[in-house]
Amino acid sequence: MEKFSYVNATSLEQVTSLLSESGWGEVMLIAGGTDLLAELKEYIETPKTLINLKTLPGMDSIEADASGLKIGALATVADIAMHPTIQHHYTVLAQAAGSVATPQIRNVGTLGGNLCQRPRCWYYRDEATDCLKKGGDICYAVDGLSKYHAILGGDPVYIVHPSDLAPALIALGASIKIVGPTGEKNMSLEEFFTLPAANPFRENVLEPNEIVVEVSVPAPKPNTKSFYLKAREKGAPDFALSSVAGVFEMDGQTCKTASIVLGGVAPAPWRSKEAEAAVTGKMIDESVSQQAGADAVKDAQPLNDNVYKVTLTRNLVSRAAMMAAS
Amino acid sequence: MASWGEASESRLIGKRVNRLSGKDKVTGKAKYTFDINEPGMLYGRILRSETAHATVRGIDLSEAEALPGVNAVIPLIEVGNKLRYQGQEIAAVAAETDDIAKDAIRSIHVDLEELPHVVTEDDAMAANAPQIREDWANNQSEPNVREDGDINAGFAEAAVEIEATYHTPVQTHVCLETHGHVAKWEDEQNLTVWASTQGVFGVRNDFAQHFELPANQVRVITEHMGGGFGSKFGPGIEGRTAVELARITGKAVKLMLTRKFEHLVAGNRPSMTQHVRAGATSDGRLIAYDMKGYGTGGISSGAGFTGPYVYHVPNSRAERVNVAVNAGNQRAMRAPGHPQGAFAMDSLMDELAEKLGMDPVEFRRINDPNEVRQAQYTLGAQEIGWHRRNSVPGSGTGVKKRGMGLGSGQWGGGGGRGTEARVTINADGTVEAVTGTQDIGTGIRTVIAMIVAEEFGLDTTDVRVKVGDSQPGLPSGGSGGSQTTPSVAPVIKTAAAAAKQKLFERIAPLLEAPVGDLRVGTGTIYVVSDRTKTITWKQATGQLGMESISEGGTWDEDLRQNGAAGTQFAEVEIDTQTGAVRVVKIVAVQDCGLAINRLTTESQINGGVIMGLGQALLEERFMDPETGRMVNANLEDYKVPGTFEIPEIQSIVFDTHRKVTGVGEPPCIPTPGAIANAVYNAIGVRIRSLPITPDKILDALAEKA
Repeated sequence: MEKFSYVNATSLEQVTSLLSESGWGEVMLIAGGTDLLAELKEYIETPKTLINLKTLPGMDSIEADASGLKIGALATVADIAMHPTIQHHYTVLAQAAGSVATPQIRNVGTLGGNLCQRPRCWYYRDEATDCLKKGGDICYAVDGLSKYHAILGGDPVYIVHPSDLAPALIALGASIKIVGPTGEKNMSLEEFFTLPAANPFRENVLEPNEIVVEVSVPAPKPNTKSFYLKAREKGAPDFALSSVAGVFEMDGQTCKTASIVLGGVAPAPWRSKEAEAAVTGKMIDESVSQQAGADAVKDAQPLNDNVYKVTLTRNLVSRAAMMAAS
Repeated sequence: MASWGEASESRLIGKRVNRLSGKDKVTGKAKYTFDINEPGMLYGRILRSETAHATVRGIDLSEAEALPGVNAVIPLIEVGNKLRYQGQEIAAVAAETDDIAKDAIRSIHVDLEELPHVVTEDDAMAANAPQIREDWANNQSEPNVREDGDINAGFAEAAVEIEATYHTPVQTHVCLETHGHVAKWEDEQNLTVWASTQGVFGVRNDFAQHFELPANQVRVITEHMGGGFGSKFGPGIEGRTAVELARITGKAVKLMLTRKFEHLVAGNRPSMTQHVRAGATSDGRLIAYDMKGYGTGGISSGAGFTGPYVYHVPNSRAERVNVAVNAGNQRAMRAPGHPQGAFAMDSLMDELAEKLGMDPVEFRRINDPNEVRQAQYTLGAQEIGWHRRNSVPGSGTGVKKRGMGLGSGQWGGGGGRGTEARVTINADGTVEAVTGTQDIGTGIRTVIAMIVAEEFGLDTTDVRVKVGDSQPGLPSGGSGGSQTTPSVAPVIKTAAAAAKQKLFERIAPLLEAPVGDLRVGTGTIYVVSDRTKTITWKQATGQLGMESISEGGTWDEDLRQNGAAGTQFAEVEIDTQTGAVRVVKIVAVQDCGLAINRLTTESQINGGVIMGLGQALLEERFMDPETGRMVNANLEDYKVPGTFEIPEIQSIVFDTHRKVTGVGEPPCIPTPGAIANAVYNAIGVRIRSLPITPDKILDALAEKA
């Protein structure tokens, strides 16, 4: 990696002030470092300054009450996975967190880092390949090796968003708090992520001088069932070939409301309004669940090597719906 | 005739003994090459090509040379020469820290003229493909053709036929300890190298020749080694470079490959694509086999594979060609050529059996001439519960479907000459066994101690074993071809027997008994005709006074045997919605003759099965046709089995005789075929291409539906 200076964060004001000194990539934030260190070692990122966020006080808390959850950006993935309230009432989130990487990575990786992690695309991660994501001319996955790439929302960059926590949190209706030099703002987590058509170089709307500080999750309605289903080639560690975060408000076998968010198939967590519509207000049976699966992928545009992801995602959505009704 | 004696008489041989280095390994005390740090040592790094095919127009080393902390910068390719694959060596540096070395290679400027490349077999064989080997038309070697009998007559007799194409991709060795060396010149004529190698003497001889030194002035040490699987026989360019950098700088130099280049340049198992047509008679005899196939071993040749394999076919024709691509060269990999050939053959056998309406085990019984495997079929079928198998493939109900399959393998493992050893008994009762073999993780150190301890009536921990060092000048061959134990064990055994004989001669007068009446007990020596005449081991060796007994051995062919048959049965469970394949259980029945250490033999079988499982379900080198680079030269996207993938493995040491046969390689051979056949039995759809990943399962199920 290139040399850089290392600054311990003392306050959010100091962090945003340092970030404001330059554009993307000059000053970077490090918390768990499980993603960033690999990028530094591979020369994908070559910052001049790293700001260590671990010295910021109080940003790793998880607060749960009747209204919902507030999770600090520095809470570790392991803390989320092991939190009793999250396990009981926000099952999809605990399951998603528990599916991340390995225990070692979960113990140091943070919520903020997980949401802001960069793509795993093998062209993006190769220093020698000057791909569109890094400012080059083409997305190599289009005509190249695309087994792990996007089937939805890809154009013009066919990366998939690697986060497991993001689909789960979006399905739970989470919002995100961001702090910049002029203060804080809140937005729904769904709006936080962007597609490459809007910005091929970034995966979210964060400005270079902003930092994610907290995620809030409203308490699920009574009779809510939620699941995170993650298909991968290896037990662990492995990123999702496709994943489904499903949150279903049920009345018996009838689905009152549903949110269904896909991971591993699009450059951003992919909310499937089509699948939600297929189950909402319906008594979920085999045919309804099949319809939900089919609707989830009806706009899919697979590349050469990832047609299977269409089948896989369809099946996972159907499975999640059937689980809600059982 | 020398023998290992009866099992009933053995105290240690054939028993389960923990490996002597186990504690050192789990506590981190064991030092691998990677762990060697010499005072003032420099770090070596190699600048390697990221371009698959190019002519070197210029190399500018000046910026690297000027970096503080850089002690040497050397070119490894001449201007005007061609780079022919990603990872090929361009230049090397030695610097005070690894970070400086990395900065230094990045400040070397190389002027390249890029040439068209081909990195896949299809691209290489295409019409008008760029010619990347001047000596091969269409990037293909002359075909190697083998014929037996008359295939036309054979097909005329066939009642059923199968025609299919089977494929296995390039697989890399994934040695956990990457290739590397620490080189240190003691003076201008004496060189010491710690090497992560499977052959200390081969490496020593290479260095001696290359650096024009007398062989006995080169010392190569491999005390512990983190995996080779056939890829670590010579020093390679990286080894010679480490020694050269040490020579230039006058300091010790450590140069280990990074994980990325371990994938790219440290060898691989070649790919295989074979189109085969085969026929069987109505009574289940394999009668005709016609195969055309190819594989790539990179820019080199060596992409052979077996076929027909194991089963008897009276009429066969097999034609193979090597295809050149711009990628790193193949090296021997655990049972070279066999697992890929076995996967194709065992898949084919099942396809024929199904057409005949015959049970796959029954069909093999008819066509397998090997008596050992015939017995293994019975045992393996019983242990897996073959009767539980779907009689109609894919007939199971539910989302998760189970199936069973089997595969077979055959290996040599008879060992060879070339090992010298000394077994020494000292007057204080201590015992030493020294030879120039190396323990590459297979446990030969423990095996040597067991043999000597058995011979002397001692414990394995009483024997000091010295291996992995060329210095005593007791050569042994490289640890490959499953040859280590059958090559070394007979020499150690005869050396120990000779030393024991010498000791008996010294103490016979004391015991007032003929030498032939002396026996070892447990820590004692006694007279067989008068058991009151017993002395302890230490009392006996005390008679030696200032002397020691030190004896060599011979490779007694009666103590080893060539030929190891194996059969494996697999049970798998497939999630038909996700395409995930879970191996539930593998029963591995492995012929091995006398397993000196049953525990490490079982470990060897477990390891082979796990490696075979990786080939069956996970491992594949992906080459990008456009960039010419390997896109998964890491352990994230090049997937190897982890704990979640390891099934219940029932390793059955099928010891049919009491002579030693090596089994390092054979247990990985039958696994992919067994798993592939089990997958078919589960879902009724055949995957003819490894690895059997969810995408292939889902695509095949979708096509079937």
